[in-house]
Amino acid sequence: MRSLSFVDFVSLISAIQWTVMLVVLALAFGAPLGLGLATARISRFAPLRWLAASIIQVVQGVPLLGLLFFFYFGMPMFLGVQVPAILAVTVAYTLYTAGFLGDIWRGGLEAVKEAQWEAGACLGLSVLQQFVHIIGPQALRLSLPPTVGFLVQLIKGTSLASIVGFVELARAGQVASAATFQPLMIYGVVASLYFALCFPLTLWSRSLEARLDGSR
Amino acid sequence: MNFLPLWRYFDHFAEGVVVTLELTIVAAIAGLVIGVAGAVALRGRVKPLALLVRAYIEIFRNTPSLIQIFLIFFVLPTFGLKLPAFEAAAVALSLYFGAYSVEIVRAGLDSVPKSQIEAGHCLGLTGWQVFRHVVLPPALRNAYPAVTSQFVLLLLGTSLASQVAAGELFHVAGFVESRTYRSFEVYAVICALYFAMAMGFKLLFTAFGLLAFRWPRRR
Repeated sequence: MRSLSFVDFVSLISAIQWTVMLVVLALAFGAPLGLGLATARISRFAPLRWLAASIIQVVQGVPLLGLLFFFYFGMPMFLGVQVPAILAVTVAYTLYTAGFLGDIWRGGLEAVKEAQWEAGACLGLSVLQQFVHIIGPQALRLSLPPTVGFLVQLIKGTSLASIVGFVELARAGQVASAATFQPLMIYGVVASLYFALCFPLTLWSRSLEARLDGSR
Repeated sequence: MNFLPLWRYFDHFAEGVVVTLELTIVAAIAGLVIGVAGAVALRGRVKPLALLVRAYIEIFRNTPSLIQIFLIFFVLPTFGLKLPAFEAAAVALSLYFGAYSVEIVRAGLDSVPKSQIEAGHCLGLTGWQVFRHVVLPPALRNAYPAVTSQFVLLLLGTSLASQVAAGELFHVAGFVESRTYRSFEVYAVICALYFAMAMGFKLLFTAFGLLAFRWPRRR
């Protein structure tokens, strides 16, 4: 056992970069996949709709911890190959992000009135042009507040990567807490750091929502 | 792939499911009580109390549930209050669910237009009658979808209690995995069990919602 030192705080603060990296990875792969799921959900081709809906249901119906353990411990065992930790964790967070963003964005797309598509078609725009120039921007505006809200969920969710041994903020806290026997101080600091990351986003999401409300 | 070795652990899995359901229901009830009390305090005239509730909501909604569980499990003993794992997890999850519930209950109550409340008073109803017949039914209906989806998130979130060895389903998964070394099969089964529970509750809630909120929506 050693006493709490300045180094512990530096290690906690520098662990934020790994938390941020997980979030960036999850969004980089999860957001495009989420967009794919959202558009598949409003497709005219029924089997595609069902497939996307089932993926979303499954991702939202199992714990994030289950996804992480399945891809971190289960998949390598099943495939019989070594999978780098970062790859397994990225796959799990990508699915998680895609499942939730896909559902949020589907809601946004469906909220845009049918007549908007028809108006686009009347102007001679192709379906892709209607989507990019008419439906997309309106849906984006509608779904921005819940998207930012999900970002907060995602940041909090990255703390679970600590459980499979990935050294991000929560794991750095466990290590420091085990070394110094000062859980109150350490977890207090860890919680404050998460709060410092999440609270501004929560406020932003709320102000977006209020602005959206006023314009209607 | 071979699921047969897991069959021997059927009783363990069943026990895990029961503990998970217990944890979920305890935290849901306690959280809803916090939600109603908090919403009342937010709308109340006692400014410091409303401020305190506001701070509680923001702190618990903007920090990870896992860290909250650790704080309650590892930190309370340093103040001489040692809670067993299940109880500590139940307290932490109740506070987490409670923070979301306050906002849901408040939004439900706020969804009733002021003019309807005034109309109720004009009809000569007492304060309680206005609350019971004018505010409560639409508030419940408006809050219901949010409460149920938050309940499912809580059910899935109880898996975090495994990290303090609370004996719920995910904790059982770790135990069986360490005995059988069948990681793929164990976590596939665990995910399927959580999924079945989540779907079961969703169906139950939808059915109940259809029965309980039958009166037509005014357009």
